[in-house]
Amino acid sequence: MEKTINLTLKVWRQKDAKAKGGFETYKVNNISTDSSFLEMLDVLNEQLISEGQEPVAFDHDCREGICGMCSLYINGHPHGPDDDITTCQLHMRKFKDGETVTIEPWRSAAFPVIKDLIVNRHAFDEIMAAGGYVSVSTGGVPDANAIPIPKPIADEAMDAASCIGCGACVAACKNGSAMLFVSAKVSQLALLPQGKAEASRRAKAMVAKMDELGFGACTNTGACEIECPKGISIANIARLNREFLSAKLKD
Amino acid sequence: MANLFSSSIGKKLIMSLSGLFLILFLLIHLTINSFLLLDGVFGFEEGQMFNAGAHFMGTFPLIKIVEPILGLGFLIHIVYSLILSFQNMKARGSAKYASGSKTQDVEWTSKNMLPLGIALLAFLAVHLVNFWLKIKFGIGGHPAEAEFPYLGTGMVHGEDAYALVNAAFGNILLVLCYVVGSIALAFHLSHGFWSSFQTIGWNNQIWMQRLKVIGNIIAWVIGLGFAVIAVGQYLFFQ
Repeated sequence: MEKTINLTLKVWRQKDAKAKGGFETYKVNNISTDSSFLEMLDVLNEQLISEGQEPVAFDHDCREGICGMCSLYINGHPHGPDDDITTCQLHMRKFKDGETVTIEPWRSAAFPVIKDLIVNRHAFDEIMAAGGYVSVSTGGVPDANAIPIPKPIADEAMDAASCIGCGACVAACKNGSAMLFVSAKVSQLALLPQGKAEASRRAKAMVAKMDELGFGACTNTGACEIECPKGISIANIARLNREFLSAKLKD
Repeated sequence: MANLFSSSIGKKLIMSLSGLFLILFLLIHLTINSFLLLDGVFGFEEGQMFNAGAHFMGTFPLIKIVEPILGLGFLIHIVYSLILSFQNMKARGSAKYASGSKTQDVEWTSKNMLPLGIALLAFLAVHLVNFWLKIKFGIGGHPAEAEFPYLGTGMVHGEDAYALVNAAFGNILLVLCYVVGSIALAFHLSHGFWSSFQTIGWNNQIWMQRLKVIGNIIAWVIGLGFAVIAVGQYLFFQ
């Protein structure tokens, strides 16, 4: 039989980037424990619209944990209290009947709030544009078997590539550092032959952009790794440090 | 390479290298300090080993060269910690989470390196006033003279550093202060050591665990070592 719960929500409301925000308290009733967190917010918004109030603005897109669009800092955790999932994959069965749930936007100087729970994560796009790619050289497609890649290396690159760029690492970090994100993007390419060619230039350009945009420096607390919905390892940060320092030493 | 140290990773490299340099110093310091308890083991009279050690540290030419570098190491480590902490606070922004941070399994020390560092700075000030200023500059009283065997050259005359240390560790409050300082140091190093290697980039999935274990051993050998020496002096050498 379907179980339902009633919740009290403390939601950050902020009219726009310049306005001063604050918490509003709402009650939602008969929430199915089988529903997702975002479906619960949809119920809240239906309720607000029917009462003639402005619905809560929050980011979402694919709702299956691969696009990196959803965010939300829920009860002290980016992406809520469950491990290795995004907010859209968070089930309401993780909450108790009658619980008060605090929902906040990511907090970091480099991620300013645009409206309610939506923050501007354009900084990540700028970091990617600074070097998070492999320059395309056109021509015939080489045979895949012509470039042998050891399985452990391929696995590590794939693990790094699972970063969806949601920004939970920045939200969890006491320094507002984007090192986990940047290190995942640098690693996924630096580990593979196609990306290795530009590894030095990439590491320098992406770190320079990261610093320029006002992200903090890493103090190796590891909070990012614990809160990352994709379980990206901070070993990638060591690799980024290595790539960056050896690139700089060669200059 | 010129702008390496203006980057966040470059600044952290400075923290990392200066920190490792200071750990090296602490290991030498601990070795000399262990002489405070070891006279009996090697058949010397009380205080002779430590006085010889202190005489070596005060007169050996290479140590004379390294001493200002050590001072610089402390200064750089402290100044850069403040610069980086300030930048990180700015990057974090003024808005705080109302629901706090409930991330589990984050090392307490890793989040409190600055407070631990400030505590250690306060301890360092006390420590310098207790011994270093007196031995080095005679500020707060010159140490007495003593005679002790030195590096196979027979007996030499030198400062009785042992008497100074022995008198200081006769004061229970000071001993407690040193125990607290030493334990704060152990906590600081338990994160600092492996973190230094992470920053240099000498790390991966396998070495992270190894470096954490080595770091904990080094941290607690240093921290407990200093604490045990102070307590030992209080209990058995007064």
